[in-house]
Amino acid sequence: MARDPAHPRPGFSRRIFLGSSGAVAAGAGLAGGAQAQAQQDPAVAPEALSKVTFTLNGKRRTLAVEPRTTLVEALRDTLGMTGTKIGCNHGQCGACTVLMDGRRVNSCLILALTTEGAEIVTVEGLADPGGTLHPMQAAFAEKDAFQCGYCTPGQILSAIGCIEEGHAGSAAEIREYMSGNLCRCGAYPNIVAAIEAVRDEQEG
Amino acid sequence: MDNFAFFRPTSVAEAIDLASGDQKRDFLAGGTTMVDLMKLAVQRPGGLVDITGIKELESYEIGPGRLRFGALARMAVVADDADLREACPALTEALWKAASPQLRNVARLGGNILQRTRCPYFRDTAYTQCNKRDPGSGCAALEGGVTSLHAILGGSEHCVAMYPGDWAQALIAFDAEVRTRGPGGSRTIPFADLHVLPGDSPEVETILEKGEIIISIEVPVVPAMRASHYLKARDRESYAFASASAAVGLELDGETVKDARIALGGVASVPWRAGAAEEVLRGRTFSEALAREAGRAAFADATPLEHSAYKIPLGADVVAGALMTAHARARAGAKGED
Ligand SMILES: Cc1cc2nc3c(=O)[nH]c(=O)nc-3n(C[C@H](O)[C@H](O)[C@H](O)COP(=O)(O)OP(=O)(O)OC[C@H]3O[C@@H](n4cnc5c(N)ncnc54)[C@H](O)[C@@H]3O)c2cc1C
Ligand code: SF4
Ligand code: FES
Ligand code: FES
Repeated sequence: MARDPAHPRPGFSRRIFLGSSGAVAAGAGLAGGAQAQAQQDPAVAPEALSKVTFTLNGKRRTLAVEPRTTLVEALRDTLGMTGTKIGCNHGQCGACTVLMDGRRVNSCLILALTTEGAEIVTVEGLADPGGTLHPMQAAFAEKDAFQCGYCTPGQILSAIGCIEEGHAGSAAEIREYMSGNLCRCGAYPNIVAAIEAVRDEQEG
Repeated sequence: MDNFAFFRPTSVAEAIDLASGDQKRDFLAGGTTMVDLMKLAVQRPGGLVDITGIKELESYEIGPGRLRFGALARMAVVADDADLREACPALTEALWKAASPQLRNVARLGGNILQRTRCPYFRDTAYTQCNKRDPGSGCAALEGGVTSLHAILGGSEHCVAMYPGDWAQALIAFDAEVRTRGPGGSRTIPFADLHVLPGDSPEVETILEKGEIIISIEVPVVPAMRASHYLKARDRESYAFASASAAVGLELDGETVKDARIALGGVASVPWRAGAAEEVLRGRTFSEALAREAGRAAFADATPLEHSAYKIPLGADVVAGALMTAHARARAGAKGED
């Protein structure tokens, strides 16, 4: 379940590389037909990087990634946005949940190159610029819906998605539709309570 | 993960061109199987052909005589479709009881039916024996491994990997077809012929040829669909693969069974239609005892492995339980029509 041992921190070396060269390579448009976006050589050479542009928490970001870079690696390692967590790295725990074009997704199984043009929202983008928490963040604090907090960014984004999708009708439905987010601390009852509170606020 | 070349075709023809030929290239849909297995170094394609830019493959239609699902329709979107829930509850339930909401938002139906086994020895390259991963290397499951997650139907002495998907069971129960296009042209494949038994070449999982892309999955509408159900027994209440599952459908004439459909998940090496169990029901008066008889018939030919004998009674109960629900739905439907 750990990262590929051959590439323990794939983004790290790349960041150093980018920092020293300052260059962003391979500017060819991704949407423009069938072109190889990168070479097969696993060494981090300029030709192996290609450009991807997405909107992150309302801001357009362009970055250079390898084909194998996942979205969560691009967020954490390339952009330094560490609010999104990695638990299992295999789609099993939900710690890496972000919103992509309004849908909650596991960012550990999404290749960064496939996010061209997407709108991504991470936990850093939820509070308003003045610092007022998103209602779901406030409800998690209010209902004590975490202990260690590791799963919490993923839980909160998933909870927002759960209500958005119309699957927060009852406690049982919330449990079913939040099943993609594991909490080793077992904060589940309070997470359900937080979601019910936000749902009721929105309906009220 | 090894690096790889990445391609973004916008048409089916381009995608086929890119994926045919000698290079080791695979299609990428939602990536929830592919990227997972690439991280594990179980799959190491030289290139990925990302087909999600081919927008025409995303649509689906719940028609009066035929259901048509584009290969790129998202699991979550189709699972939430109210018309499908009415037309064929089993097809809806087999989707929303699979994986997690996040995975269903990303995974596509074409990728879903081609998902690969969860055999723990297949997924862990520290085990060098796996005929599916490395033909001729042996089978760590059969050679002293834990076989609790393995197939009791359809396995061979070379591989007892279980086909883990849910939706495929509802598709095979209702005679779905798969439309494909490849370098050699277009064809329609009965769903029951898509996956192949492991035999002595477990590395071959489907009859698809290199570069052949699934365009759509189509299902003819039959009366038994309305009174259908997908029952899934698993280790935890949600978000787990099936220990045993059943997709069933019933058409009744009074209490006499006119048509019965039964397929089994979590127990077989490929999507599994339980024809013998269907035969037990056809033309007879429905009762709980009959449902249980059908459940037992579904597993008459099962070969329990050292740690998977539990699947036989569990699977028989699941079939019977699913039939009881389908029967209740058929009765409710009949009342609705009076
Ligand atoms: C933690 C976890 C839990 C899961 N639990 C369940 C579960 O309970 N039940 C269940 O049924 N599934 C489960 N899954 C599996 C999941 O449903 C599949 O991974 C998913 O449906 C695959 O779809 P995808 O679009 O992501 O496919 P991809 O990963 O993109 O592709 C899968 C395979 O299909 C090929 N392919 C994709 N589309 C086409 C096409 N149109 N034509 C030809 N080839 C194509 C690819 O080349 C690849 O080989 C789980 C997965 C994970 C990670
Ligand atoms: S059961 Fe099949 S997939 Fe599993 S170890 Fe044996 S050969 Fe490999
Ligand atoms: S890190 Fe566990 S699902 Fe992505
Ligand atoms: S709060 Fe610790 S894992 Fe959820």
